[in-house]
Amino acid sequence: MNREVAISVRELTKRFGDFTAVNAITFDVMQGEIFGFLGANGAGKTTAMRMLCGLSFPTSGSATVGGYDLATDPEKIKRSIGYMSQKFSLYDDLSIVENIRYYGGIYGLSDREIKDKTDQLLHTLHLEDQAKAMTGSLPLGWKQKIAFSVAMVHQPKVVFLDEPTGGVDPVTRREFWTMIYEAAHAGTTVFVTTHYMDEAEYCDRVCIMVDGRIEALDTPDRLKDQFKSANMEGVFIQLARKATRTDG
Amino acid sequence: MKQFTFFIRKEFLHLWRDRRTMLILFGMPIMQILIFGFALTNEVKNARIAVLDFSKDNTSRGIIDEMNASRYFDVGLYLSQPAELERAFQSGTVKLAVVFPSDFQYDLLHGNQATVQLIADATDPNVATTLSNYATGIIMDYQAAQRGAQPLPLSIKTEFRMLYNPQLKGSYNFVPGVMAMVLMLVCAMMTSISIVREKEMGTMEVILVSPIVPIRVVIAKMVPYLILSAANIGSILLLSVFVLDVPIQGNLVLLVSECLLFTITALSLGLLISSVANSQQVAMLISLMGLFLPTVMLSGFMFPVENMPIALQVISNIVPAKWFYYIVRNVMIKGLTFDYVWKETLILAGMTLFFMVVSVKKFKTRLE
Repeated sequence: MNREVAISVRELTKRFGDFTAVNAITFDVMQGEIFGFLGANGAGKTTAMRMLCGLSFPTSGSATVGGYDLATDPEKIKRSIGYMSQKFSLYDDLSIVENIRYYGGIYGLSDREIKDKTDQLLHTLHLEDQAKAMTGSLPLGWKQKIAFSVAMVHQPKVVFLDEPTGGVDPVTRREFWTMIYEAAHAGTTVFVTTHYMDEAEYCDRVCIMVDGRIEALDTPDRLKDQFKSANMEGVFIQLARKATRTDG
Repeated sequence: MKQFTFFIRKEFLHLWRDRRTMLILFGMPIMQILIFGFALTNEVKNARIAVLDFSKDNTSRGIIDEMNASRYFDVGLYLSQPAELERAFQSGTVKLAVVFPSDFQYDLLHGNQATVQLIADATDPNVATTLSNYATGIIMDYQAAQRGAQPLPLSIKTEFRMLYNPQLKGSYNFVPGVMAMVLMLVCAMMTSISIVREKEMGTMEVILVSPIVPIRVVIAKMVPYLILSAANIGSILLLSVFVLDVPIQGNLVLLVSECLLFTITALSLGLLISSVANSQQVAMLISLMGLFLPTVMLSGFMFPVENMPIALQVISNIVPAKWFYYIVRNVMIKGLTFDYVWKETLILAGMTLFFMVVSVKKFKTRLE
């Protein structure tokens, strides 16, 4: 398989005073890949993701996202990525349609495109009769699915998902991952952080961070072989035990 | 530019959906104007007074009738001996007592000098001063009227004229003050809360990841509150002219432009707060303690700046509301033109520019 590199990270480091949150990490993510980013709380995975999204300045190192350099072309990166945070990223006091229109609008979609996207999205999520409902009144699982669709509304090359399924029931998580697969299949690179080990199994490749460093990076199957574990949970626990940092 | 309109539309939707807040924002200025106009007033109307008249002559009766006729006083108690005075004051029903000595008219006619004693309940010094001033005024007027009938060759007459506010109405003072208060609350507090809310909700991250230019986010946040404030300025001015009878003496265009300038000052202060605060509660506290209190206390609207200790007088100079209050009072009440307030306008504009630059610089494109 000869695919384009979507994210390329070299020696990326972030320090907060004496504390090194992310310590010289290096990896590549291919176009259309589902890249799982794992780590205990405080391992540095959110900080790493935030640097790639342009929310935080790297202390040193370099990275390209969607072919653009993080240091020199942050505005072009912004146009080619989607982002969904662990906090719910839609407005509760706007209806589903208004949320879509707003996010479509700030990404510069035309009225025609926004209308088409809205219809398409309501149709795929079976929400036609909820179109005018306030987002705040919907169940969390639905909100997360809408938030993901909204993050994809401008067809980004790369989408960053920060613990997108936190607090969501298993059935909805399954449905959520179906949406992720569809997006990846259509060529979008999915960069996802998670705490659920079953979700780690769904990823094409998994990267496990411990104390700001990458301790393992491979396909779930090969990681399981390497660490002689039946599932990803075993792999993760073996690695996470090495951590000297406490929760933070 | 199109992104911008989407953003503004969204801000209006937020405001529209939050009916309770909107009701407060529109209702508050109206309530304040009405409360200050009719309830919280320094004017004293129909104060109950006691009279202890040992003289019982034409002049003393004439003065008592004048007082009773005025809208400031009601003669509620006629006493016959000094011991009753104490009881009258202790019962709290009487605010002022007028005492005519037994040889009052005799002294007046033969010695050309007579004394009336005014005794006021000074537990509230402001009321006491106001009442004794009113009473003195009535006595002077009565005397002048009498003297008009039989002019004396030598007499020195003191004449008061209350400029700009001949009826000594409290409304003249607080209309500009309420305007400053309302604009501070609506603009500064609401803008800071609405920005901080996005931080709290996590939607700010999504905005910062998006290609929208941060300065546009900031301006879009301000637009709905700017419009809301314009509506509030309108309702305050209408109420003060038609309900409180406080006329606009100066140029309306100048007055409204000064109000808009102050609105922008308040908006940029709100933005500054939002870049410091991380929760809506903190934003609200900072706006109340850091902006609202100084606006009320140090602008000169509640307490005259000239009477403050030097240190507070100096501090009052950095309170934007002080300058705004000065400008509005001069333009609206005194009817002065721009030539008289350009210096204060310049100071206010300078402050606004400063806050604007600092807050836009502090508004982080990247969350560290």
